[in-house]
Amino acid sequence: MKVNILAFGIAKDIFGGPAIDVELFNDATVFNLKFLLEKQYPQLKKLATYMVAVNNEYALDGDTVHERDEIAIIPPVSGG
Amino acid sequence: MNKQIKLSVSTLNVMECVDWVMSPECGGIDVFIGTVRNATKGKTVVRLEFEAYEKMAISELEKIADQASIKWPVQKMLIHHRTGVLQIGEIPVIIAVAAAHRHAAFEACRYIIDTLKQTVPIWKKEIFEDGEVWVAVHP
Repeated sequence: MKVNILAFGIAKDIFGGPAIDVELFNDATVFNLKFLLEKQYPQLKKLATYMVAVNNEYALDGDTVHERDEIAIIPPVSGG
Repeated sequence: MNKQIKLSVSTLNVMECVDWVMSPECGGIDVFIGTVRNATKGKTVVRLEFEAYEKMAISELEKIADQASIKWPVQKMLIHHRTGVLQIGEIPVIIAVAAAHRHAAFEACRYIIDTLKQTVPIWKKEIFEDGEVWVAVHP
């Protein structure tokens, strides 16, 4: 399945744009997605931390992602 | 409990925020105003740029306000946050909390700003004279 990944902050710089498409197997987890992204974009591993949001909620590594989910990479936040 | 949460590309207005939380059953209002500082770790900052994942930022801010209202007896809460380019001295964030008694207002206000900084998907880029950096991204 193809999933669309939104990027914000430094993740946008790392991906070279505000969104990318990645090809994942069905029933892939957030962990699988992070593994794939870190392989394609090793700079992600240099971040202090980063989270994945699925449908506007912080997701856990074991959560499953689906084709039409809104998925976003959340680098360390710094609002306020 | 009554709350107002907003992201805005235009200048935040402190008096408007205070007026919104003002209510006859409240004995006090606590206001936190964030301002853009002209230096970080001794280095001159020219301006800041804020970016938000708007839908999720709003929903995370709603959660924080709801949690605060469970923890403390507060009447009205307001959180306004800027996005876009901010110059030195401008206001990126205003939090206003009205409660019957000051203790709840102080505590809820501190809780909201402290938690906002940890969980709300908003990012700040510092622009220096000789470069720029996304804040807090590297260890």
